[in-house]
Amino acid sequence: MARLFQTGIFLLLGISSTLGLYFHIGETERKCFIEEIPDETMVIGNYKTQLYDKNTNDFMPSSPHIGMHVEVKDPDNKVILSKVYSSEGRFTFTSHTPGEHSICLYSNSTKWAMFGANNKMRVHLDIEVGEHANDYKQIAEKDKLTELQLRVRQLLDQVEQVQKEQNYQRYREERFRQTSENTNQRVLWWSLGQTVILLVTGFWQMRHLKGFFEAKKLV
Amino acid sequence: MGTWWLCLVILVAFAAVLDATELTFELPDNAQQCFYEEVEKGQKCTLEFQVVTGGKYDVDVTLSDADDKNVLYKERRKQYDTFTFTPKEKQVYKFCFSNEFSTFAHKVVYFDFMVGDEDLLRGVGAHATALTQLETTCVSIHENIKEVIDYQTHHRLREFTGRVRAEHLSQRVQWWSAGVFIVILIVGIGQVIVLRSFFTEKRPTTGKI
Repeated sequence: MARLFQTGIFLLLGISSTLGLYFHIGETERKCFIEEIPDETMVIGNYKTQLYDKNTNDFMPSSPHIGMHVEVKDPDNKVILSKVYSSEGRFTFTSHTPGEHSICLYSNSTKWAMFGANNKMRVHLDIEVGEHANDYKQIAEKDKLTELQLRVRQLLDQVEQVQKEQNYQRYREERFRQTSENTNQRVLWWSLGQTVILLVTGFWQMRHLKGFFEAKKLV
Repeated sequence: MGTWWLCLVILVAFAAVLDATELTFELPDNAQQCFYEEVEKGQKCTLEFQVVTGGKYDVDVTLSDADDKNVLYKERRKQYDTFTFTPKEKQVYKFCFSNEFSTFAHKVVYFDFMVGDEDLLRGVGAHATALTQLETTCVSIHENIKEVIDYQTHHRLREFTGRVRAEHLSQRVQWWSAGVFIVILIVGIGQVIVLRSFFTEKRPTTGKI
C-alpha cells in the first residue's frame, strides 16, 4: 500500500516536474522546433495540451478529445515520424543521419469551437536529447546499481555524448570546408567565363557591324 | 513510518530539482513568440538565448511576469545574452521573442531556460545523509562535463550560423553569375540589333500628290 503510494508520488512529480515550459498555439497553427543532433541519438519529447475554456476563463486541466499530430523530419526532409497522439503523451525517435531534425506539432482537430475553446490551446513541451533522455531510476533498477555506480554510469553517458558531438563537429566542419571550396571554384570559373563571354561578344559585335556597314557601303 | 518520512524527503527534494528546457524554433518575420513557465519562490532562473540564422541576427526579447506588470528584462535587437533572476514568490514568468521590426527576414532562435540550480540524479531522490567523497567528486565531474556540453552547444550554434551563411553565399554566387552571363549575351546581341535598326532603310514615304 505504501509502496503504491510511493510510486504514485514519483509518477505525479515526474510528470509535473518535467513539463514546466508552455506556450500557446492557434487552431490551425503549426509549431516547429529544430534539433541539430549527431546520429544514433535518442530524442524524447513529452507534451501536454490544455484547451482554453470560455466558461471558466482558464485552461481546462485536461482535454481528452483533442489529439496532437507530431511530425518529425530528418535532415534530408524525409518524414521519420508522423503520428497522431492523444492530448498528453510522449514521442520518441532516434536519429540515423546527423543534422537538423525538425519536430512539428499541430492539432489534428478543427473542431475546437465545439469544446468551447476560442482558438487558444496551451501546450506544455519538453524535448530531451541524448544523455538527458536517460531515466536513471529505471537503469538503476534494471542493472541493480548502487548509487555510486549510477553516478559513474551517468558520467560515462555524458562523456559519450561529448564524444558524439565532437564527431559530429568534425563532419560539420568538413561540410563547411566543402561549401567554401565550392564557392571558391564557382567564383573562379564564373569570373573567367564572364570575362571570356564579354571579350567574345565584343569581338563579334565589331566584326558583325563592320560587315554590316561594308554591305551598306557606308564604310 | 519510515516510508512516510522518505516520501516527505523525496517531495522536498523534487522541489529543488533542476529543470532546463532548451528549444530552437523558427520565428517568422513580423511575428512574436512567447513562452511561459511557473517558477517556485527562491529558485534561481537563467534565460539564455542566441539568434542562430536570419537577417542581422537580432531579436527583441522581453522577460516579465504573466500579466506584463513587472518587466525584468527588455532588450531590443540583441544577438546573444544571458539573464539570471530569483523570483520572490511563486508565479508564472513569460518571455517573448519578437521579430516585428523585420519585414522579410525570418529568424531561428535558440533559448535555454534553466530553473533551480541543484542537479540531482534524474529520477533518483535526494540523499538522506551527506554525500561521500567519491560521490562529491562525481558530482563535481558531472558539473564540469555539463559546462563542456554547454560550450559545445554554443560552438555548434556559431558554426551553424557560419555554415548557413556560406551555403547562401555559394548559391547566390551561382545564380547571380549565371544571370550576369546571360545579361551580357542579351545586351551584346541587343546592341547590335538596335544599331542595325537605325541604319535600315525606311519604308519609302509616299509623296504628296
